[in-house]
Amino acid sequence: MILLSAKGLKLAFGGVKAADGIDLDVRSGEFLAIIGPNGAGKTTFINMVTGYLTPQGGEIQYDGQSLLGLAPRRLVRLGIARSFQLPQLFLEHTVLENVTLAIAAREGLWSPSRPLMRAAWRGEADDILGQFGLSEIADRRADTLNEGARKLTDIAMAVALKPRLILMDEPTSGVAASEKISIVETLVRVLRTAGVTAVFVEHDMEVVSRFADRVAVWNQGKIATLGPPDDVLTDANVLRDVIGIDPEVGSHAAA
Amino acid sequence: MGWLGDNGMLFGLAVLDGLSYASAVFMVAVGLNLVFGVMRVLNVAHGSLYAIGGYAAASLSLFLGARGMPAWLSLPLLLLSSAIVGAILGPPIERLLRSMLGQEEVLQLLVTFALFMILEDLQKLVWGVQPVVSDAPVKVLGTVDVPFGSDVIPFTAYQLYLLPGVALVTLAGLAWFLRRTLAGRMIVAVTVDREAARAMGINAAKVMLLTFTAGAALAALGGALASPTTSLVPGIGASTIVLSFAVVATAGLGQIEGAALTALMIGLGRSLAVYFAPEFEVVVPYIIMVSVLLVRPQGLFAVPETRRI
Amino acid sequence: MNRNADLALALLAAALILGLSWAVPWLRFVMTVALAKGLAVLGILLLLRAGQVSFGHALYLALAAYVVAFAATRVPEVLVLLPLAALSAAAIGLVVGLFVSRYRAIFFGMLNLALSMVFYSILDKFYEVTRGGDGVRVATTKFAGASLSPEQQSWALLCLALVLAITFGAFVRRYLSSPLGSALSALKTREARLEFMGVPARRVLLSAYVISAFMAGCGGVLIALSTRHVTPALAYWTASGELVFIAVLGGAGSVFGPFLGALAYELTRTYAAALVADAWQMILGAVLLIVILFAPGGLWGVGRALVLRGRQT
Repeated sequence: MILLSAKGLKLAFGGVKAADGIDLDVRSGEFLAIIGPNGAGKTTFINMVTGYLTPQGGEIQYDGQSLLGLAPRRLVRLGIARSFQLPQLFLEHTVLENVTLAIAAREGLWSPSRPLMRAAWRGEADDILGQFGLSEIADRRADTLNEGARKLTDIAMAVALKPRLILMDEPTSGVAASEKISIVETLVRVLRTAGVTAVFVEHDMEVVSRFADRVAVWNQGKIATLGPPDDVLTDANVLRDVIGIDPEVGSHAAA
Repeated sequence: MGWLGDNGMLFGLAVLDGLSYASAVFMVAVGLNLVFGVMRVLNVAHGSLYAIGGYAAASLSLFLGARGMPAWLSLPLLLLSSAIVGAILGPPIERLLRSMLGQEEVLQLLVTFALFMILEDLQKLVWGVQPVVSDAPVKVLGTVDVPFGSDVIPFTAYQLYLLPGVALVTLAGLAWFLRRTLAGRMIVAVTVDREAARAMGINAAKVMLLTFTAGAALAALGGALASPTTSLVPGIGASTIVLSFAVVATAGLGQIEGAALTALMIGLGRSLAVYFAPEFEVVVPYIIMVSVLLVRPQGLFAVPETRRI
Repeated sequence: MNRNADLALALLAAALILGLSWAVPWLRFVMTVALAKGLAVLGILLLLRAGQVSFGHALYLALAAYVVAFAATRVPEVLVLLPLAALSAAAIGLVVGLFVSRYRAIFFGMLNLALSMVFYSILDKFYEVTRGGDGVRVATTKFAGASLSPEQQSWALLCLALVLAITFGAFVRRYLSSPLGSALSALKTREARLEFMGVPARRVLLSAYVISAFMAGCGGVLIALSTRHVTPALAYWTASGELVFIAVLGGAGSVFGPFLGALAYELTRTYAAALVADAWQMILGAVLLIVILFAPGGLWGVGRALVLRGRQT
C-alpha cells in the first residue's frame, strides 16, 4: 500500500532548482533511504512533505489526502513526524523534559493544573530514553549535550509522537562511529515493531545497505535512481556521482 | 478655497511647526538607530541624552550670555555643548553596555532603563525642577514671512531654516559618510555582522565606542537645537525617547533614511493634531506606529530576514 | 523547592507582612501597593518564560483601575468591582493578544508599548470623558456589603491583596510546571519545533498573555482602591518599564520573585523619597544596575544562594 505519494514536485530558490519534478511513492512500512550529494534537494524534499515549504508545482498525497497547503501542525496530527539535520531541541530543558514534552504534545497539553512530569508520561519517556541509550543523561540540559546525544534526543522526540510516517534528516551524522550501527538497529527495531514507515536521508552507505528496503538517489533536484540497496549501491553511475568512487580507477574520486 | 482658505494659516503653521519638531526628533532617532546598528540595543537613556543636551546648551548659553557673549555665538555654542555632552556621557555608557553584550536582551534593555532613571534624577539635581528657558539662538535669527497662497505666515527663521537645515545636513552627511568613507563602511560592516567584521580585522570595540559617542552627541544636539524653542522641564527625556521609539520602530530598526521619513510623518501628524484636534496630539504618533507595525511588523523600510532551518 | 515548602514560605511571608503592618500602620498602604504591582509582575514573569517582554502591561493595570473608578459610584461593592475590572482587562488582553501574539522579541515589546501609549494618550487628553491629568477619585466602597471605617478598609484591602497574591502565585507555579507552562518556556528556545510537534505556539502565548492581563487587572483594582485616585500616569510607559524592572529585581526564577521585588521596590522608593526627595529614581536605577551586573538571578536568587551556602557550613 502506498502511504506517501509525491508527483512532479517542483521548487526553485532564485535560480536553483531544489526540486525539479520529483516522483516518489513510499510504501507503507518500508524503510526508504535518500542519498545524494549535498545541495541536491534532499532536505528540501523533507521540508515540503512536512509542510515547512510549499512546492511551486506538483502534488503530495498521504493516505489518500493532499498535503499541499497544510501547516506543519496539521501534518503532525495526521501522523507525520520529522527529525532535523541540525537538532532542534528545547535548549533550556533536560533531555527527559524534551521527550516528555513531545509525549504531552501528542496527548494534547491543554490542562494547566496537572504537572508535565506525571507518572504515565514520565514512564513512557523513560522507556524511550532507555531504547536510545539516553537514560544516563536524562537530567542533563539539552544545551550541554554533545552532537551525537543531541541527534538522538531529536530523533527520540520525533518517535515519541508515535507517527505513522517519520522523516529523518541525517539521523546518524554526529553519532560516534562505534555506536552508529547499534543505535540504528535499535531505531529500526522500535520503528518496525510499531509499523512506522521511515524515510531517511543518509550519507553512511553501510547504514543504507544494511537497513534500507529501497534507496532513492537524489541528484540536482531529480531522482536519478530508485531501487533495492544491492542494485543501487553497485550501480556505476551512482558510485561515481554520489559516492565519489570511480569504478575504473577504484578509489575515491572526490573528497 | 473652503476649508483651506479658512484654516489656511493654521494649516501652514502646523506644517512648519511639524517640520521643525520632526527635525529635532529625527536627531534622536538617528542616534538611536546608529547605536542599535552596532550594538543591537535600544538605548532608553538616549532620551536623557537629548534632555541633558538641551539643558546643557541652555544653561551654557544663559551663563555666557550674562557675561556678555554676543548673541550670534549662541548658535555654534549649540554644537559645542552637544559635542561636550556626547564626549562626556557617551564613553562610560558605551563601556557599560559593551560589558553586557551577549547577555539576555531584556537585561541589556533594563540596563539602559536603569541609566535613564539615574540620568533623570541627575538632571533634576543639577538643573532643578523649574523650567529653564534660553531663546537667544531663536532671537538672533529673527522672523521670516513665509508666503502661503496670498497670505503670509510669520515664522521664526530658526525653526524654518536652522532646525530642518541641521537635520538635513545630518541625514545627507551620514548617508555619504556611511557609504563613501572607510570609517563609515567599517561601521556598516560591524552593523551587518560584528563577528565577520572582526575577522576582517576591524576593531569592533573602537567602532562601537565611536559610533555610540557620535549617536549620543547627535541626541544631545537634537536637544540643544530644540531647547531654544521650548522650556526645559523634567520629563522631556521620557516623552522624547518613547516618541523616538515610535519613529524608529515605524521606519524599521537601523533604517536611517527611513527614520527621516517617519520622523516627518509623525512630526506632521502630531503637529496637525495640535492645531486641529488637540486631544489627538499625543495619540497620533502611536496610532501611526501601531498601524504600521500591524501590517509590516519589521517597519516600513526594513529588509525582511531570511528564515533558517 | 517542593510545593509544601513553598506554601509554608508564602504563609510565613504573609504573617510577616501582617505583623509589620500592625506594628507600623503606614506600611499597610505600601504593602498593598507592592502586592498589587507584584500581581502584575507575575504576568510579566509568565511572558518572560516564553522569552517575550511586554513594555506595555501597565495598560491592563490602568484599565482595571479606571473601570473601578468609573464603576464605583454605581456599584460600590469591592467583591463585584474586582471581577468586573479584572475581567475587562482580560477581555482587552484577549483582543490585543490575538494581534500581538503573532510577534516576537523586540516587535512584541514595541507593539505592547505603542498600545499602552495609545491608551495613555486617550486617558490624558480626552478630558471630557476621562478627566485628563486630574484623574478620577474613587468613591467609597463596601466590602461584602459592609461599610468599613478607613482603618478597617486598609486592613481588608491588605488581606485581599495577600489572598490574591498567594492564590495567583500558587496558580502560576502550577501552570509553569504543567505541559502548557513547559510549552511556554519551550517557545523561548525552539518555537518552530513546537509546531513540528503539533503544538499551536501562538495559542500557548495567547493563553499566557490573557492570564497576565487578568493578573495585572487585579493589581490595578487594588491600586485604585488603596490610592483612591486614578490618573493617566498609571498607563505611562515608565509604569510598564517599572513592572519589568521589578521582575528582574525580584528574580524571574520563582513566583516569589515578583512579590519580593515589588516589596523591595516600594519600600526603597518610600524611604528614599522621604530622605532625598528627588533622588529615589536614581537610587532605584543604581540598585537595578547592581542587581543586573552582579546578581542576575535577582533578590530571590541572592536569597537562595545565601540559604544554600548557609546549609553547607
